[in-house]
Amino acid sequence: MINLASRDVLHGWGKFLFTGIGLGLLIGATLTMAGVFRGMVDDGQVLIDNSGADLWVVQQGTLGPYAEPSSIRDDVWRGIVGIQGVAETGNAAYLTIQMQQAGKDTRVMIVGIEVDRPNRPGAPPYLTSGRPILQGHYEAIADEKAGLRLGERVRIRRHDYTVVGLTRRMVSSSGDPMIFVSLKDAQEIQFLKDNDALVNERARTATNPAFNRPGVPGLLEAAQASATQARNVNAVLVRLAPGTDADVVAGDIRRWNRLTAYTKAQMEDILVAKLIATSAKQIGMFLAILAVVTAAIVAFIIYTMTLAKVREIAVLKLIGAKNRTIAAMILQQAMALGVIGFLVGRMAAGLWGPAFPKYVLLLPQDAIGGFAIVLTICALASSVAIRAALAIDPAEAIGG
Amino acid sequence: MKAPAKRTAILSILGALFIAGFGWIVATQGPLAPVAVTLAQAKEARLERRLFGIATVEARRSHAIGPTQAGRVARVLVDQGDTVKAGQLLAEMEPVDLDARFAAGAAAAAGAAQRVTSAEAALAEANSRALLAKNSADRYADLRKKNFVSQEAADAKAHEAAAALAARQAASAALAAAKDDVRRAQSEAAGAGQNRANLRLVSPVNGIVTARLAEPGSTVVAGQAVVQVIDPTSLWLRVRIDQGRSNGLAAGLPTEVILRSRPDEKLPGRVERVDWVGDAVTEERIANVVLDSVPDGLSIGELAEVTLYLPAVDKALAIPAAALQRHGGRSGVWQPENGRASFKPITVGASSADGLVEIRRGLAAGDAVIVHSSRLLADNARIRPVESLK
Repeated sequence: MINLASRDVLHGWGKFLFTGIGLGLLIGATLTMAGVFRGMVDDGQVLIDNSGADLWVVQQGTLGPYAEPSSIRDDVWRGIVGIQGVAETGNAAYLTIQMQQAGKDTRVMIVGIEVDRPNRPGAPPYLTSGRPILQGHYEAIADEKAGLRLGERVRIRRHDYTVVGLTRRMVSSSGDPMIFVSLKDAQEIQFLKDNDALVNERARTATNPAFNRPGVPGLLEAAQASATQARNVNAVLVRLAPGTDADVVAGDIRRWNRLTAYTKAQMEDILVAKLIATSAKQIGMFLAILAVVTAAIVAFIIYTMTLAKVREIAVLKLIGAKNRTIAAMILQQAMALGVIGFLVGRMAAGLWGPAFPKYVLLLPQDAIGGFAIVLTICALASSVAIRAALAIDPAEAIGG
Repeated sequence: MKAPAKRTAILSILGALFIAGFGWIVATQGPLAPVAVTLAQAKEARLERRLFGIATVEARRSHAIGPTQAGRVARVLVDQGDTVKAGQLLAEMEPVDLDARFAAGAAAAAGAAQRVTSAEAALAEANSRALLAKNSADRYADLRKKNFVSQEAADAKAHEAAAALAARQAASAALAAAKDDVRRAQSEAAGAGQNRANLRLVSPVNGIVTARLAEPGSTVVAGQAVVQVIDPTSLWLRVRIDQGRSNGLAAGLPTEVILRSRPDEKLPGRVERVDWVGDAVTEERIANVVLDSVPDGLSIGELAEVTLYLPAVDKALAIPAAALQRHGGRSGVWQPENGRASFKPITVGASSADGLVEIRRGLAAGDAVIVHSSRLLADNARIRPVESLK
């Protein structure tokens, strides 16, 4: 027995194919939107994973260091490293700045990490080229998205930095590429003001009678020297010894060091559930609408495709074709359309995904789920079309 | 049926191409794709080790010249940038009453000298009286032996002689006291003079005035500098090096200095001294570096980048530092194994400036390691070695 569906498709294969491709592009847009949503969540996730920390110790009562500003002294790690279960600590400074590079502004997150040993907490866990920071100052590792090349000199605030390494997928929770520098440099970037501000601040201190008293030589100089110190960091990243309960150590730090400590789970909650919640919901809402629209369009296409074949179906009925044969033809065509649409859509999403400025994460489970949904919608839509087809009067084949 | 068969063939070829393209995208773009990696081998290499620090230009000897007691500045004779010689008067403090006190002292010394003359005259008179009384007493004693005079008369003469002797001793003592008085008055006058000289602020060295910190008429406290003088030949750099990276820091290391004012010039120098006391707050060690030749126009406080060259490690088993990663709480490297990645913990030693790190334990020469990867590696992740990523 010949397959009615394939015969029919071959009869008008151009139309069928273009319908499938058009449908595919729509499915591709939906899949991309899902990828944008996943990418957004993943940006928050990689920020946590890439820092290589088990605990984040931040200023008391803040949601730092990513979601809120946090500032603690850079020697608090000495009190933390002595707590039982703590294997390693690392100071970290985070600062988002607008960087002038090759005539255009790039928004980047400057990350200050300790560089005295390899792979300190906060350091990028892998590089795509170059080497780690080996010199105490003025070397940087950049995310590829920052658009910097290996060996390039880049000016950040007061100093020039040499890009010695490149890495990938090191982004802030809002998707800005990271530039890693040594902690002392980052402290300077973050806390040391520009020259005008320094001069103004000195003049302001000099006019303050409390700091510039006659008969107390040196007081003004001392006051001014203490004002330009950069002795703060944003967080202490803590690595725990294997088998240590993170909640217990976090509790100890909260109780005795009078600081706030977050475990990985809490940090995920802050970043994924709180920080990007609104924008993620925004995208999610759009994704839902797009999915509904796609489903409706798929249903309409199949329905109209069936209705366009009223005469042919009537002829089939006239020559005695079974209802089952006609139903199978419509269902098979709908499924074929769905498969073509999905393949085209997945391919399109895979091709244009990397061109997006922010990360688009196409998960296999999303693709499989999408495939199942597309086939279900096709089946449902075809059932409506089948009902319409079965209701066709064979007389239409001759009369109309 | 010819045409449909041809059409079927074309369509199946197109379909096959389409499926193949889809498969290619899934296999290369998605998370199922193998991780692209670059590989390197552990091999013997020479490790050029370096330390790096930020320095400021300082004067090794900086002299803050000021009064030893509070007072008002009378005059300042030099200005910033002036070259001064050792002993040159730089500034002077208001003497207030010191000149008068010096004059009074001098007058007192002159008066005391007069009193010495007077005491000398008194002593000469007492000498003469004593001589006369002694002669007279001797004569009477002689006459008494011959019974020409009474015992009473002889005793009276003897008493007169003893009294005159005592008077001479008193006069001699008075002269000594007067002489002491002269010395005291002279010392006092000299003291007043020294106090006066102390108000003159003179340069202790040949040097350059770097700061004029007080103007005539202003009051300064004891120890506050009026003028600052440095020895320009003693300029050196104070380098701060992170404690965590300061291993090997020692006096005598050759260095290369880049001054902020001349970023394209590398000035040779060497470590002169390493401070025993580091900075506990900034966690840095401090060393002083001298330049082989001090360039013109070097300014104090200028920022400099200093690279210190440690003795190189010859023939160390080394891998690129980028290969060193952390996995499961341990430091080590990823190795390719039948197209998959496997982690091996290793111990490393020194690292070189050009990005190599010495292997202490865990790898043998010729062992391959993964240096760069396009994604974070996991155990048994499929890998695809490439020449370079991108």
